[in-house]
Amino acid sequence: MATNKAGKQTLIFPYAPVIFSWGTVVGPMEGQGPLSGYFDKIMENDLEDGDKSWEKSEQGMMQHSMEFALEKVGLTGENLDFYLAGDLLNQIISANFTARFFDVPFLGIYGACSTLAEGMTLGAALLCAGYADKVGVSVSSHHETAERQLRMPTEQGVQRPLTAQWTVTGAGTYLLSAAGGGIRITSATVGKIKDLGVGDANDMGTAMAPAAMDTLKTHLQDMNRKPEDYDLIITGDLGVLGLNILKELMRQEGYSVDNVSDCGVLIYKPEQDTHSGGSGCGCSGVVLSYILQKMLEGRYKRVILLGTGALLSPTSSFQGESIPGIAHGVVFEYS
Amino acid sequence: MEKEEIIRQKYEARQQLLKTWPGMNEDAKNNIYKEIQTDHQKLIVLEPQAEQGRRQTLLKLRADLEKQQKDLQDIDALLYRQMTTPLAPKPNFLKNLILAFVVGGLICTVGQLIMNLFMANGVVEKDAGTATSTLLIFAGAFFTGLGVYDELGKRAGAGSIVPITGFANSVAAAALEFKREGFIYGVGARIFTVAGPVIVYGTLISILIGLVHYF
Repeated sequence: MATNKAGKQTLIFPYAPVIFSWGTVVGPMEGQGPLSGYFDKIMENDLEDGDKSWEKSEQGMMQHSMEFALEKVGLTGENLDFYLAGDLLNQIISANFTARFFDVPFLGIYGACSTLAEGMTLGAALLCAGYADKVGVSVSSHHETAERQLRMPTEQGVQRPLTAQWTVTGAGTYLLSAAGGGIRITSATVGKIKDLGVGDANDMGTAMAPAAMDTLKTHLQDMNRKPEDYDLIITGDLGVLGLNILKELMRQEGYSVDNVSDCGVLIYKPEQDTHSGGSGCGCSGVVLSYILQKMLEGRYKRVILLGTGALLSPTSSFQGESIPGIAHGVVFEYS
Repeated sequence: MEKEEIIRQKYEARQQLLKTWPGMNEDAKNNIYKEIQTDHQKLIVLEPQAEQGRRQTLLKLRADLEKQQKDLQDIDALLYRQMTTPLAPKPNFLKNLILAFVVGGLICTVGQLIMNLFMANGVVEKDAGTATSTLLIFAGAFFTGLGVYDELGKRAGAGSIVPITGFANSVAAAALEFKREGFIYGVGARIFTVAGPVIVYGTLISILIGLVHYF
């Protein structure tokens, strides 16, 4: 009998794991955004000096974010019991190669841009079940590697539609521990795939909004809470349009929408010409560090991150399939 | 009654729902979807055991179930689209049209100027045309390499895609992009990822037009 499960899809963590350290690395464009002061390292160029490919730089970012997180608390990779990581590239190579560097027991995960929330849910479950004392979770995305895999060559002179989002160049690592004090992960809701027939890879916010809504609604029902019980409901990368749609869906459900925001909307300034905002694993991957910092400062006490993912591939897009959307909710509390 | 007859009856009953579907609440819809799934997996198990005649009935029934599920999902997708379309940002068509017209026109004017220069210096028209195209292709590739052409394309859209410089851009951009994967599997194999369709269908159409001209 599942004793630590609430309702249909929510995991309750009775020994709520603590996020005891984190590290973030971002690209130059994210470094010009409004949150630049919260990141550990801002790269001067999308391609790090000495790297021969953007893929190499992305892998480097993930590795460096992990090194920041470890060094801040004086640990090394061998102090981690498990390492969960994922990214957007085929066969999650950034994560695989980062794990090769750290020599830790590794589980590669893929949930597109929801990977951070997926990793935190699994990490917290491992800790809570007594299988680990410390777990690392990393995610990364890189604008150029994602563009060339999913869309057009980067120097191709095309007009991006206004609904398109800008893949964030960024990597974030979060270290979770079974003991200690700090920001806790108290519950998590595993989402279902929702697909309402949106097939446009340049409109992923519209494709993912129903999944975010479904997970949020289920979470609130499972926990018997209202949106007002959260100081902040933050989605991963719905972007400007997706966030508007989510708010509309919430209004239809009779929810208040005052405390709803989106990582993809926060990460860039409007004049940065990203159209609908940021996306990618690295979007929630780096913006979460800002939110955690704000929690430590006492601005938020209870936050739910709804990590949203558009589970498409270039092949499925060309074959005319619609985009399955997913969202996982992770609740952070600090008091 | 055979299992498939029950499934068929339930299918027929659900077909009546197609009209009232948009007004149904989410729980009711989910129950219907669940009912289809349950019946579908029953059919999957029955199929391999069935003898030929019965198997055809089962296959037909399964196709109907899948179609029904798709139809219902399509209604949901349509309802969703009706809700989201008004929220989507609209492109500024007038501005885009003007920019495309001006930039496309400028590129062509520059081409004409180059061609006139060649002809003024004694090159015959046919050769001047070829030399102009070559120069423009070089310029397109050159500005792609400098990282300028994508900035232009972002604003001008079709104005910088349609002229021959846009074609050069699509080839040069792909070549740059895949250089890291080596000259064989990278540049060689993927240089025409974007331009390939233009070449294939351009050739096809020119053959067709050639045939029309011949006869």
